[in-house]
Amino acid sequence: MTKQENSKTAPLLEVKGLKQYFRVSRKFTVKAVEDVSFYINPGETYGLVGESGSGKTTIGRSVIHLYEPTAGEILFDGMNISGRLKGETERNLRVNMQMIFQDPMACLNPRRKVGDIIAQGLDIHHRYHSAKEREEMVADILHKVGLAPEHANRYPHQFSGGQRQRVGIARALIMNPKLIIADECISALDMSIQAQVVNLMKDLQQENGMAYLFIAHDLSMVKYISDRIGVLHLGHLLETGTTDEIFSHPVHPYTKSLLSAIPHPNPLAERKRKALQYDYKTSGIDYGEGTMHQVEGTHYVRCTDQEYDSWK
Amino acid sequence: MREKILSIQNLNISFETTAGMVNAVRGVNLSVYRGETVALVGESGSGKSVSAKAIMGILAKNGTIDSGDITLSYYRQEEKVTRDILSMDKKEIRRHVNGKRIAMVFQDPMTSLNPLIPVGKQVMEGMLWHYHTPKEEAYQKALDLLKLVGITDAEKRMKNYPHQLSGGMRQRVVIAIALSCDPDLLICDEPTTALDVTIQSKILELIQEIQKRKKLSVIYITHDLGVVAKVADYVNVMYAGKIVESGTVNEVFYDPKHPYTWGLLSAMPDLGTEDERLYTIPGSPPNLLHRITGDAFAPRNKYALKIDSRVEPPMFKVSDTHYAATWLLHPKAPKVELPGELKARIDRMMKEGEHYDKTGKQ
Amino acid sequence: MKKKKEQSAGNTARVLSVEEYLSQIDFREDDFEFQHKDGFEHIDTNFASQGYWKEALARFRKSKGAMFSLICILLLTLMAFVGPSMNEYTYDQQITVNQNMAPRIPGLEKLGILDGSETMRTSTGSKEINYYESNQLEDTWYWFGSDSFGRDLWTRTWMGTRISLYVAILAVIIDLAFGLTYGMVSGYFGGRTDMVMQRIVEVLNSIPYLVTVTLLLLVMKPGLLSITFALMFSGWLGMSRIARAEVLKLKEQEYVLASRTLGAKSLWIIFKEILPNIFGPLITQTMFSIPHAIFTEAFLAFIGLGVPEPLASLGSLISSGYQNFTSHPYMIVFPLLVMGLLMLCFNMLADGLRDALDPKMKDM
Repeated sequence: MTKQENSKTAPLLEVKGLKQYFRVSRKFTVKAVEDVSFYINPGETYGLVGESGSGKTTIGRSVIHLYEPTAGEILFDGMNISGRLKGETERNLRVNMQMIFQDPMACLNPRRKVGDIIAQGLDIHHRYHSAKEREEMVADILHKVGLAPEHANRYPHQFSGGQRQRVGIARALIMNPKLIIADECISALDMSIQAQVVNLMKDLQQENGMAYLFIAHDLSMVKYISDRIGVLHLGHLLETGTTDEIFSHPVHPYTKSLLSAIPHPNPLAERKRKALQYDYKTSGIDYGEGTMHQVEGTHYVRCTDQEYDSWK
Repeated sequence: MREKILSIQNLNISFETTAGMVNAVRGVNLSVYRGETVALVGESGSGKSVSAKAIMGILAKNGTIDSGDITLSYYRQEEKVTRDILSMDKKEIRRHVNGKRIAMVFQDPMTSLNPLIPVGKQVMEGMLWHYHTPKEEAYQKALDLLKLVGITDAEKRMKNYPHQLSGGMRQRVVIAIALSCDPDLLICDEPTTALDVTIQSKILELIQEIQKRKKLSVIYITHDLGVVAKVADYVNVMYAGKIVESGTVNEVFYDPKHPYTWGLLSAMPDLGTEDERLYTIPGSPPNLLHRITGDAFAPRNKYALKIDSRVEPPMFKVSDTHYAATWLLHPKAPKVELPGELKARIDRMMKEGEHYDKTGKQ
Repeated sequence: MKKKKEQSAGNTARVLSVEEYLSQIDFREDDFEFQHKDGFEHIDTNFASQGYWKEALARFRKSKGAMFSLICILLLTLMAFVGPSMNEYTYDQQITVNQNMAPRIPGLEKLGILDGSETMRTSTGSKEINYYESNQLEDTWYWFGSDSFGRDLWTRTWMGTRISLYVAILAVIIDLAFGLTYGMVSGYFGGRTDMVMQRIVEVLNSIPYLVTVTLLLLVMKPGLLSITFALMFSGWLGMSRIARAEVLKLKEQEYVLASRTLGAKSLWIIFKEILPNIFGPLITQTMFSIPHAIFTEAFLAFIGLGVPEPLASLGSLISSGYQNFTSHPYMIVFPLLVMGLLMLCFNMLADGLRDALDPKMKDM
């Protein structure tokens, strides 16, 4: 139920024409995000992929309203969350949308106990009636993410990176949100721990049915967890579609170069392969001029008409 | 003729921390031959970076080498010299070894370069200090090195400061610095982790090219098996301060014997599978503060034998080049097959490899 | 890089071969059976066990200067409490006959020092005078001597220490409370709020301190509280700057962002999330401020704006001692020593604290 695209239900999150500019000085503005539009259905995972400087973290933070969007509209569960937030809307947003951060070392306050960190959302929104209930909820969540209930009394520095990331997931999960934004939450972990965390996220999604906005730069992990994917470069959304569509026939040359750059753990093949090169400056493409062309189904690519004809 | 240039025997390193004594490296044996690439693979805390730092003599102040030898062989004016690095004091190491015979490339190009000195000067620094090269000659050499590592507009870049270069370019500069004194051995500590995926492969290919040209040996320290597959000739898998499996890259990838290696290989997402789940190793690496009896991997090992909690397994021989430290290789141990998904993946990879062989490209 | 060389032959380099190793082991019956035949569920119970404060304490203990300073300060504080009641004089008891008497300590006088005599230099030469002997005061001892009003300097010195410490610590605490809040609010909210608040700070900073303090003390009645007020008047500026700098560092940390995404209110974030993380620099800054406050108080006393008589502070004692310096140098020595020691020790303590509390990267 959660993974099938039900066109009758409205999307959980709709981002329309999001622009995010940051004014660094009087003369210089950083244009982090340019005219990005996508949507996420309830219970599905949307993978937002891009390299550093592509604007993916900015998009995640704009969606959860850590930044106020410069232009564009964001609709979450029917509410408009792109402007100034009023009481009811804000409360709804803060409960139903949660975020998991990138750096396991920095995402937990080193001076607070793990149990308090996890229960923070419960404390703020008064989700329990007694201290015992709170304790039970925390222990329950710790068990779900694979940690022991005794850990609630410890401090973050006593844990490894992977364990801390699980605490971050517990903190987001305890609120039972509808959408979780995972901002490069596995990039700082070792390969084997990455797999642990990704498996955990998938299991939790099966159980609770929430949607993920999975922001990453590693396409191989993204394939495992995402239903649909969007490829970002320099603030522009270049290509979007289901995981199958993107991986089986990528259209944009940037997407192709990204795919070919993924290292395969296969010595025989890897030694003979050479990655495809793509340089924006010399490619002759101007992202600003392109519009979204439909390739098939939900697969869209941003380009001009001539480019589309030549790439097809 | 394979010529050995570095040999590490029974290296044991411990650290004095406020919480107690941490046994970071517990008996590592490693050999590096000229012109070959050795990979040291493991998770954070496995002791791989510490071992590399011991080779370079840049271990932290609270670290002690409890036992072991690190012997380096090199040529000084046609004559072969063999020295034990651990018996040299810091000054000697800095004068004779660091930069000159062994160079190191670190993970973060942001902090490896001095932000206040132009890039060209930093490349020249090693030559000026080690060989007292005259300035003009050093400048020319630095220029050539920048071109060698693929920096366009090298003349202009010589005067640039590090913050004016992109991450990939900075790492290239770091490699140029490492090569400036013609070392025999290059140690790369996660050189591509901080870089974007598209730059990663370029940097790795660059190092490979230079290797071929200069008969350079390289030690790669990484946790990324994709990097290992691309560049390594020999692979050593480290866990909790010990090498648990060692062999040629084909042996370790296509015929792994240690359950930890199985876990690492399975945990890598593979674009070929249609699997819904990744196989993972549960739990986290052990705390090295506590003394470990038996196999350090046993608590997380699905295939642990009773003896794993009592006695540490020795490195059993699988072939002349392939060794693994697991009791599963003992003649009395039960026969354990590779986990299903891993076996399927290995079969697929071998087929893919043949396909490349035949066609030359995909 | 330290290396332990094992001299015993055959111990270091010999690695046992596999056969040798295996032959040494005592195998058991069930050694080669699986541990987890019936399913394998792993609960992650790993964790490291060192606390932040324990580590900081360990680092602090290593610094000998800091430990010594801590003990000194504790001793001096103890004396400040206990000292005045150790002899029968009070701090304001004037025995005019006993004025200007040199220090005389019961045990040490037998050694020839501090036996109540002083050398007076006159135009005709130096002369040794001992008022105790000349006035037949066999049973009076003034351990630190007496001042020109006949008051016991020992008692007054320790009273002075008490008052100096009290004034300094009170001023610093108020500085902390106000400056901290100001700096944190300014730093966290940023933008226009920050700009306005910082401009105010700049204006206040540029007004000459002495002028304001003098005017203040002229307007307010002289007393302990007014001195405290004068001291804290500009002291909070330094604290607010430090607090603001620390907040700016931590504002964009991910755990702060996480609190924001969970819907926490700004003031809650400032005081519950950020404040616990900046205790280190704050404590250090506080420790540095105390000697500064002591010195400022002494300076005010020196220029005549100190605590009113007959109360004494270290500064006022030094000030009056200074006036008698050429004739009775002993009057200035003891308060000076105490104050110097206090300031030195506080500074060293603050240095030690800063090293201990500074979160350094663990090298591993």
